[in-house]
Order: sequence, then structure tokens, then C-alpha cells
Amino acid sequence: MAIKNQIKQSLIIAFWFMILTFPIMVIKVNTIQNTIDFRWANLLWVGIVTFFASMVWNYFLRRNEAQKKKEIDDDIPLIHRLLQNDRFRRPFLGVVAAFFLAYPFVFPMYHTSIMISALVYVMLGLGLNIVVGLAGLLDLGYVAFYAVGAYAYALLNLHFGLSFWVVLPMSALLGTLFGVMLGYPVLRLRGDYLAIVTLGFGEIIRIVLENWDTFSNGPRGIADIPPPTFFGHYFDQHDTMIYIYFIVTGLVLMTIFFVNRLENSKIGRAWIALRDDEIACQAMGIDKFKTKLTAFALGATWAAMGGVVFAAKTSYINPMSFTIWESITILCVVVIGGMGSAIGVIAGALVLILLPEYLRAVSEYRMLVFGALQVIVMVFKPDGLIKSVRKVYTFNVQEKAIHEQTHT
Amino acid sequence: MNKPILSVKNLTMNFGGLKALDDVSIAIEKGQIAALIGPNGAGKTTFFNCITGIYEPTKGVVEITPPGKNTQSLRGLKPNYVTERGIARTFQNIRLFHGMTVLENVMIGRHCRLSSGIIKAMLQPPSQKNEEQKAVTDSYEILEKIGLAKYVNDMAVNLPYGAQRRLEIARALATDPFLLLLDEPAAGMNPQETKELDDLILWLRDNENLTILLIEHDMKLVMSLSDWIHVVDYGKKIAEGTPEDIKANSDVIKAYLGEDSDDA
Ligand SMILES: Nc1ncnc2c1ncn2[C@@H]1O[C@H](COP(=O)(O)OP(=O)(O)O)[C@@H](O)[C@H]1O
Ligand SMILES: [Mg+2]
Repeated sequence: MAIKNQIKQSLIIAFWFMILTFPIMVIKVNTIQNTIDFRWANLLWVGIVTFFASMVWNYFLRRNEAQKKKEIDDDIPLIHRLLQNDRFRRPFLGVVAAFFLAYPFVFPMYHTSIMISALVYVMLGLGLNIVVGLAGLLDLGYVAFYAVGAYAYALLNLHFGLSFWVVLPMSALLGTLFGVMLGYPVLRLRGDYLAIVTLGFGEIIRIVLENWDTFSNGPRGIADIPPPTFFGHYFDQHDTMIYIYFIVTGLVLMTIFFVNRLENSKIGRAWIALRDDEIACQAMGIDKFKTKLTAFALGATWAAMGGVVFAAKTSYINPMSFTIWESITILCVVVIGGMGSAIGVIAGALVLILLPEYLRAVSEYRMLVFGALQVIVMVFKPDGLIKSVRKVYTFNVQEKAIHEQTHT
Repeated sequence: MNKPILSVKNLTMNFGGLKALDDVSIAIEKGQIAALIGPNGAGKTTFFNCITGIYEPTKGVVEITPPGKNTQSLRGLKPNYVTERGIARTFQNIRLFHGMTVLENVMIGRHCRLSSGIIKAMLQPPSQKNEEQKAVTDSYEILEKIGLAKYVNDMAVNLPYGAQRRLEIARALATDPFLLLLDEPAAGMNPQETKELDDLILWLRDNENLTILLIEHDMKLVMSLSDWIHVVDYGKKIAEGTPEDIKANSDVIKAYLGEDSDDA
């Protein structure tokens, strides 16, 4: 019987885990008395917890498979179905808008600050989603462009006194430029090779920032970066936070707006075609290299703008903010949220960035939790929390007139 | 006399020590349905790949003379430029874009005939909107012609097998070709689907002004459709002629029956 096998398998897994964790969970060197303590109770706990975890895991796995067999194509995510429904869309968007409008006034500054970080990650996630989710290019050095934006604002302000609002559009161009420059040599590579080389490039940028003292002030970083002004006027600390909150909300809206348009345009379709099948894509008349480069450069554009906001918010940056872990966090946002799905990425960013902030106990093990989440999502929801849905076109056959329904 | 629409001379393709194509010359006339046949591994798909720029041939000349235009060489062009010049193809192992709907798969074919760039896609001026609408209607019309309109918003992977093969043809048509290369379009189809394909290919030639070169193993289909047949075996061209000539050709029969050829 299946359940018997189940139990047997879980027992084996539990046993295996008990052996694996034996050195750390059971053996403890007592340095005061110079003895070794064996904590056998821990062994028991590991066994029991692993056994039940394995049973639950298997249960969901089987349920998932049973569901998959039933229907493949009809599982449009709930949120998309609701947004398609005209009666529901307006109230829903109204509630979301009201929530985000009221947020900084209802919650204390600390929460506003956390929400700003999360929204910056929404921007970064949507940008990286172009590269990874749509064009299928695994970029592990994305944080480099984030750093470019942050340092652009810090340095241009330091040396030339340029304000936030001047640097923001400049940084977008700078990000594009860097995207093209870094993309040009590396985009001839594919898959794993591309991932490794972009990882290298990302680290190079960070190491340059760390060591080129005269340019970037090295590991000491740059302090006293001014917050954005409102027509030349500075707010006090509390109001500045609210002001930045609204700026970043506006930027997120702009990102969603443009990314959605791009996704359902000639270039967006080309990205997806490239991701799905490179050879067929070229045979359809699409310039592979140009298409990759545009994805890479556009992704960089949003990263750089995110960087400017980050610098303005924290008022202090140093190279430690731009390590490989940052790239991986953004990648987790995209993969866990749902590759290629804007709504998924937004949900992913909010969940992954807000949760660790509020569950303080977890935040120490942030990367561990991300890893575990990644595995769980890969197994149970391979398309991410909210998978992407393509645009539906309706045709009036007689008149050949078309109406479009977008899901966003 | 008119120049052939596609003229391939002395085409050779080496993979390391393997001569997948050895000095093959083939000419396709305008308005023909031509077939390229030969046993498995003869080099037929490689021939397509050399013409369409997926492989760069080791040696040889590939020239096209599009209707109303001058002769030009395709050698060394990237696949997307070959497509732009008016040659479209399908793949032996179906290569649809599985993350997209049926309509979008066809719209990808329109890609090289659309002009709006990134900035226009973001700002959506009227010119971009019109172009996009036109791409949608054009693609839908192609789906209607090919008989796939009912699947328009389905994901391409969820189509029945025969419909997937037809979608490959629809997608190729969307690039506005003058020459269509079909790589085993009937493979895996049932007799009913094969019959429909037969009609579709004839219809394409007669109504869309297309010249067609097809690779096919279904001899009944090949013999009934083709105006001219080219036969390759072990990378070498061994015969060409009308279906009647080919049926009677002893070299061809030998190649297909798998007898040892005397020039081993
Ligand atoms: N990219 C490649 N690298 C090495 N050998 C190849 C490659 N493509 C095809 N071949 C070889 O070339 C020969 C012809 O293959 P192919 O053109 O696919 O045959 P056909 O389509 O006639 O069945 C085969 O022996 C095949 O193994
Ligand atoms: Mg073949």
C-alpha cells in the first residue's frame, strides 16, 4: 500500500537526517569541564520533526500531481481572474490605492521606511524580471547596476551638487549605458556561462568601488547624501520619509506601466520567443543579439533608478550594500514571485522583503529561509507564487474588429 | 529564361570528419512544389540549416532571386536576415514558443515586418498602436486561412499534434516569405491530417504565390504533390526529376532499400 511506502520512506529520511545532524545537534563540547556532552533528546526531536515534515511534504507533492493531471491549461491564478472581472477590478484597485496612500500616515516612520525598501525591491524585481523572466538570461550581477545608480547620485551630488531629480533621469541613461557596455561582451554566452560571467562582472564593480579610494572613497563609503528636495525645499526627517515613500510608489507605478507595455509589444514578444527557443526565434527574423542586449540594458535602467532612491533614502552608501547576496535576493524575488509575471514579482518582493523585517527571529536566517522557500516553490509551484498569464485578444469575426483585454 | 528562385551550387558541410553534405547543387524554380527526399541522416535538415543561416556551409554558393528583385547571396547571413529576405521554414522537431499563445506565436512571425522600437512600445503613439493592431489582425487572418482560428488564445503547447505542425506553417507564413521550406511537415500526422496538409500545401502555392521546398518521408504525399524531386543519400545528391523519373530511378530504389552501394 502507498501509505506504508510513505511511512517507510519518511522513516529512512528521518534516520538519514539524524545521522547528518548528529555532529551539530547532539555532540557538544563542554569547554569548561573539558568533557563532551551527548544531547540524545535533540536526536529524538530531529527524527520526529523530519519524519512529520517528510510526510507533509509528500502529501502536498502527491496532491499537486493529482491536480496537475486534472487540468493543465485552466489554472489561471486567482488574482488574474479577479482582475479580469470588471466588477471586481475597480474596487480591488481602489482598495490597493487607498491602502498605499494611507500607509505612511497610518503607520509609524519605521514601517514607512521598511515599505520603501520593499518598493525599491519591487522596482528591482520588475527590472530583473525583464532580463531573467522574459528574456531568459540568468544575470547574477544585477546588483552592479543598482550600485551604478547609487554611486551616480552620491558622487554627482558630492562633486557637482546635482540634486536627486537631476540625477534620477541621468542614472536611468547611465544604467542603460552600463547595461550595453557590460552586456556587449558577455551576451554571446549562454545559460550557466552567462550566469558565471555576470556574477564576475557584478563582483568586479563592487571590488573597484571598494579599492578605488580616490573615486569612491573605498570601503568607508559616502555619507551625508541629501534626500530628495521638493522644488528646492527640504522636509524634516519624518516628512522626508513620507516624501520618499511617495516618490518610490510613483516610480513603481511607472515601472509597472512601462513594463506592462513592453511585455505586450513587439520587443516583449521577442524576449519571450528568445527565452523559449533561440533557434526558432532567429528563424522568425529576430536579431538574437540585439534582443538580448535590449533586455539587459532595460533591466539595468531600472536597477540604476532603484539605486538612486536607495542612496537618497539611506543617506549613506558603501560597497557592502552591493554584494552578490543582493543580486541573489533580487533573483529570489523574481523566481519565487513568478518568472515573467509582473504581479508575481510584486507579490514576491513584498513577501520576501517585508516578512524578514517583521519576523525578527527569521531575519538572521534570511538566506536559509529564501533557500528553503525557493525549494518549496520549485517543487510545488514551479511557475512561482503567481504565474504569468498572456494577453487575451477577442475577435469579432465578422468585422474583424478587435478588443483587447489586458490583465494588469 | 527566368533565373531559379533558389540556386544552391556545390554546397558542402563538414562536421569534423563527417561530410553531412557533399557538393550538392539544387535549383528551385518559381511556383514549384519541390521535394527533397532521402533516407534518415542523408543530410536533408542540414541542407535547410545551411540555406537558412543556422549553419555556415563549409563550401558552396547559396543564391536567391526573389520575384521582381536581383540575385543575392545568402552565404554567411545570420538566420534572421535570411528570413527578412523572404525565406521561411518550419522545423522537423516542432519548435513552437511554449510560453506564448497561438496568436502570439504567429505575431512573432510578423516581427521582422514591424518597425516600432522600444521607445514607441513604451509611449505607444498612434503609429505604434495601429501597427500593433494590424499585426494582430494580420496574424488572426493567417490563423483563419490555416484553420487554427479557434485556438487563437490557447497556449501553443496545448494544441493537438497536427495543429502544432500547422501552427509552425502559420508562423512561417507570417514572415511574408516567397519561399517556404517545410521540414517533414507530415511527420507524426494521421492519414486525415496528412490529407489536410496536402490540400494546405497546394492551396499555399496557388493562392499565396509561394514556392515550396519540402522534406518528407511520406512517399504518397511527395509523389502526389511535387513537381520536381531531389534525392540525397549520405550527403550526396543522387538524382533529380519528376515523380515518375524518381520512381523508376534505380539509384534511388537502391538507397531506399538500403542495399550496399558500390562506391563505398
Ligand atoms: N550540428 C551537427 N553536428 C554534427 N553532426 C551533425 C550536426 N547536424 C547534423 N549532423 C549529422 O549530419 C548528418 C545529416 O543529418 P540530418 O541533416 O539531420 O539528416 P536528415 O535530416 O536527412 O535525416 C547526420 O549524420 C547527423 O548526425
Ligand atoms: Mg531531418
